[in-house]
Amino acid sequence: MKEILLLKDGEIVLKGLNRRSFEDVLKKNLKYALRSLGSFEITSAQSTIYVKPLSESIDLDEACDRVSRVFGIASFSRAAVCEKTIESVLETVPVYLEKELNAVKTFKVEAKRSDKRFPLKSPEICRETGGEILSKFPHLKVDVHNPELTVNVEIRDFGAYIHGEPHKGAGGIPVGTGGKAAILISGGIDSPVAAYMMAKRGIQLTAIHFASPPYTSRRAEDKVVRLLRKVSKYAGSMTMYTVPFTKIQEKIKEECPEELFTIIMRRLMMQISSKIAERNDCLALVTGESLGQVASQTIGALACTDDASDMLVFRPLIGMDKQEIIDISYRIDTYNISIEPYEDCCTVFTPKHPRTRPVLKYVKEAQEKPNFEPLVEEAVNNLKVTHISAEDE
Amino acid sequence: MEHYLDNSATTVVSVNAAKKAYEIMTENYGNPSSLHLKGMYAEQELVKARRTVAKTLAASSDEIFFTSGGTEANNAALLGTAQAKKRRGNKIVVSSIEHSSIIETAKKLENDGFDVVYINPRSDGAIHKEDVLNQIDSSTILVSVMSVNNETGAVMQISDIFSAVKAKNSEVVCHTDAVQAFGKLTLNARKMNADLISVSGHKVHAPKGCGALYIKKGVRIVPFHYGGEQEGRIRPGTEALPLIAAFGTACDEFKIDENYRKIKLLNDYARKNLANIDGVVVNSAENALPYVLNISAGRVRSETMLHFLEEFDVFVSSGSACAKGKPSHVLQAMGIDKNRADSALRISFSKYNTTDDIDELCRGIEQGLKVLAHR
Repeated sequence: MKEILLLKDGEIVLKGLNRRSFEDVLKKNLKYALRSLGSFEITSAQSTIYVKPLSESIDLDEACDRVSRVFGIASFSRAAVCEKTIESVLETVPVYLEKELNAVKTFKVEAKRSDKRFPLKSPEICRETGGEILSKFPHLKVDVHNPELTVNVEIRDFGAYIHGEPHKGAGGIPVGTGGKAAILISGGIDSPVAAYMMAKRGIQLTAIHFASPPYTSRRAEDKVVRLLRKVSKYAGSMTMYTVPFTKIQEKIKEECPEELFTIIMRRLMMQISSKIAERNDCLALVTGESLGQVASQTIGALACTDDASDMLVFRPLIGMDKQEIIDISYRIDTYNISIEPYEDCCTVFTPKHPRTRPVLKYVKEAQEKPNFEPLVEEAVNNLKVTHISAEDE
Repeated sequence: MEHYLDNSATTVVSVNAAKKAYEIMTENYGNPSSLHLKGMYAEQELVKARRTVAKTLAASSDEIFFTSGGTEANNAALLGTAQAKKRRGNKIVVSSIEHSSIIETAKKLENDGFDVVYINPRSDGAIHKEDVLNQIDSSTILVSVMSVNNETGAVMQISDIFSAVKAKNSEVVCHTDAVQAFGKLTLNARKMNADLISVSGHKVHAPKGCGALYIKKGVRIVPFHYGGEQEGRIRPGTEALPLIAAFGTACDEFKIDENYRKIKLLNDYARKNLANIDGVVVNSAENALPYVLNISAGRVRSETMLHFLEEFDVFVSSGSACAKGKPSHVLQAMGIDKNRADSALRISFSKYNTTDDIDELCRGIEQGLKVLAHR
């Protein structure tokens, strides 16, 4: 039996004259997500995107899995394609949905007839189909208000489609329609979630990671690569820049007051990141900060960090509880990698008693005395570039 | 040149052992349980390997049961004994410096309702007979004390401890995790008074994935794997013959006394040269097994120094490789303060090491202490 995926646009439908350009990006993203599975024909009409496999051997389970992670889709269905005759519909429904129908006690049929040349009207299609189902599955009852299963029959311009309950899509808007931003990623639980959330709003991501060998290990860097590959399943492929941060951290340790280590480190991270972001046409930075989670994420500390760069900073987790963040990290499958115990640069020289209410004036003074400028330049000019793609997982 | 000084984590496979594994995989690949000739040839290899491993423990072949390694042998020993003896009593005594495959299994038994007592080492890092003996009473069913500690090289007087335990309560099953002693000290199951002994192949130049449990004749443990009749039903499933045969070959190559003397010289050399570096202290006791040398270098975190040494092609470990990053429970149990435990490094030798390796290690540590920021 021939099958097809029917995808319902999400928020895009609300766009006015731009809608086409959003849809084009979405189709491109779908094509990219599916390309290693074989060839598909991807077309759109009537706020539906049709994903048609061009070969019988394509793994549609995997295709559904990938589609479920593409932003911009509200819901999707895997449907059987049949001829546009009522006979063909009646023949297909009991076969294609046999398993689903056997698993429930009540159902209803919903028909959509956008091709008005089809001789039967929607209520007539429902009636015919419902009758056929009842005769083949005597244990079933019709319940039009609260059915366990809704059988959908869609008569469209290109063919007739049969499917059961649609699956929930990833929501959001297509990655790439929202411009570019750079995510600061450490390897913890929060930053991959922040990356995911901004990708969901259409942002194309570039990743920046700070490495301080030998205080941090190759495994810590590898961990970030693996995390980003997971994020890539939603956010598409991206470039990761690894910043050599050792000398800067050593200088902070040597020349700055201990209680300000973390704040000054984060300010320098923001400075370096905004330089990298600018060079890559990013309009914003993204961080995984959540208000009050740790000493460097109090309102005072964030004010000091924020002052370090003029660039717009997105903090999508700012109002979330740790548990809410963890829930998302489970869903996007990053949690188990995030909790691997390798030291990252944020934990290298943690002060015993970090300042929770730092005063910007003093922080700036403490940062001015040691001249970080040459080291910052050196770091920015010695980035390691890694290409991240979900397919390398 | 590579300077591999992490031989307590694992060792390079000896050329002959690797050849043996290859031969079994590509030529003599039969199933030892098959009735045909090909099966018989395979079985002969199995018999030979078992005899060789038995010899290293001065045991007989039918007391050796191959497992997937030390962890499985330890699990089988503890869980199997607890199950077999649960009607006799409820108390299990283990040392607090055991490998995680004992500690975690003991915790599981604790959850199952057994009364588990953990014995701490004294300041020399060793478990002492008197401390064990205090915990032996009529309800005790099992004692497990390792032969040599994997982090410090501390050597336990297993024979003394077990004979004292047996004298107090002859019903107690005595198990020793001998993974770090195996192939390094001459072991004799009878003289050790052990009922169960765990050993592992990959610490003695055999491939990973193979070990053995010695079960003294007459001692019964309940298996926790079910299937065929292999390994006396203790460990059913088609035998991992390439690994087992290679394990046998590696055991055939043991030169315990000769290597011991060599490693002792190497250890002395390392202690002498490390002592010349300002900030280095030795955590291993003087009488520890020379194969393992635990030190603390300044106040540089173990993990940092370890990665710094990578640049010199020097590979050492921070505590036990199975504990990845966690502070050492062994050093803590010895009463070593947190800062010192945080900067602990384990250097562990094999017969392939030379003084060159130690020179490079010292050079690396010396430089690390100069350039790395201290905590």
